Amino acid sequence: MIVGDQKPIEEIMSYIEGYERILLAGCHGCVTVCSAGGQKEVDILASVIELARKRQGQKCTITKMTLERQCDPEFLTDLLNKVGENDVILSMACGAGVQLVAEKVGAIKVFPAINTNFIGAVQEKGIWTERCQACGDCKLALTGGICPVTRCSKSLMNGPCGGSRNGFCEIDPTIPCGWQLIIDRLEATGCMDQYETILEPADWSKSRDGGPRKYVREDLK
Amino acid sequence: MSPNKSNLQAKLESGKFVVTAEAGPPRGARPEVMREKAKILKGCVDACNVTDNQTSVVRMCSLAACKILCDEGIDAVMQMVCRDRNRIAIQSDILGAAALGICNLLCLSGDDQIFGDHPQAKNVFDLDSIQLLKIVRQMRDESKFAGGKDVDGAPNLFLGAAANPFADPFKIQVPRLAKKVAAGAQFIQTQCVFNLERFDEFMKGVRDRGLHEKTFILAGVTPLKSAAMAEYMASKVAGIDIPSPIIERIKGVEKKKQKQEGIKIAVETIQKLREIEGIRGIHIMAIEWEEIVPEIVQQAKL
Repeated sequence: MIVGDQKPIEEIMSYIEGYERILLAGCHGCVTVCSAGGQKEVDILASVIELARKRQGQKCTITKMTLERQCDPEFLTDLLNKVGENDVILSMACGAGVQLVAEKVGAIKVFPAINTNFIGAVQEKGIWTERCQACGDCKLALTGGICPVTRCSKSLMNGPCGGSRNGFCEIDPTIPCGWQLIIDRLEATGCMDQYETILEPADWSKSRDGGPRKYVREDLK
Repeated sequence: MSPNKSNLQAKLESGKFVVTAEAGPPRGARPEVMREKAKILKGCVDACNVTDNQTSVVRMCSLAACKILCDEGIDAVMQMVCRDRNRIAIQSDILGAAALGICNLLCLSGDDQIFGDHPQAKNVFDLDSIQLLKIVRQMRDESKFAGGKDVDGAPNLFLGAAANPFADPFKIQVPRLAKKVAAGAQFIQTQCVFNLERFDEFMKGVRDRGLHEKTFILAGVTPLKSAAMAEYMASKVAGIDIPSPIIERIKGVEKKKQKQEGIKIAVETIQKLREIEGIRGIHIMAIEWEEIVPEIVQQAKL
């Protein structure tokens, strides 16, 4: 899933300063699962904004809604119907959701209320860790199902570097060394002979380096 | 490959036990800093490495600093890390280095930028050290760029890589060295050795696979300046292994004599390393203490 977390309230307040009617939009997708921008977070943020405005002696009306997915025009209808009644939109979706909303709502400002951090998985309750950089050329078959691009701090294709210590990365003793994980998996699955195959330089043109990416499915158009 | 060999390559191939040192470029544009280091090291080393923004701290570029050493008559080993340049810049700098008469290249992945003075920087790592070795070998031996187009005037470079027998997991360090040799590493400079027992075990693994006959291995030595330095390196620097008896030994002498004790430890280590089968030279990394290299070389009878 896409993992995000809420921006500091001071930053959010600075974006919406001077706007009275605020449309606060959450998303039932990834940001609900990672507890950053779902229905519950919309309710909490709305209360915080109302309270802050009250303290400043300023009025505000907040229209709350949580869309099925902000990253799909199909689910934007309810939001578009409310645009005319508001002065500003505050989106609690990921960066993709915020951008699609901004693209569709016309001349009304749209601000993000969360920072979009990474594509990750639930490590344990309350902890998410990054697993994928969407490089567009999945190497997991060669590296024991552990991604070197994401899990190695230097994205080394032929690691580990000299900074691996007791299974952890030199940059942070709480981050597992990606190459230690790869080696452990190769060993556990009886594939250690794969280690000495030199992985060639990646084709980053399939990644963000090739420009903004597009995926077309003719059969679904 | 062109018949012109670097001094380092020629000496190693002739069977001489070599000495290399390391000179860190200055944090400014003063060429005289490198010239002074060259004067200290000239005559007592066979070649001198120039670090490439080591520990991710901005310094004069390795290429320019190497050229200054070359002009002073020193065979320079240009260190190149993958952290700061993509394959376009890397290949371009390699052509420039070869054109200026730099004959040795040490291919490294590079320290993470988080440790340096610009932790906000974007790291590149378009390539890693093993891919870099393969690309430079291809430029040199096949006159082909990584992208496949022809090189018009191949760079003649003696290619090296690093090995760290003290990094984890230990069991992967010999296979990793084998990958570097397969990718084109003609010489290896190891991380500084304090733990001789572990280094011995590593070298046994190297010999079992015959890697010492396929590449020239230079063992790294760093003289300790003080007990504080020893403790800092042992606890804070990943990939450095200083056994507690060494720390205790340097702590056991009074502060103003700790430098001398550090030199003594370095000299003793060199003498032991020399006896290990497959070690073809010593790489002295005297961190910001280049002036001590001649004394170590002399005392160790290198």
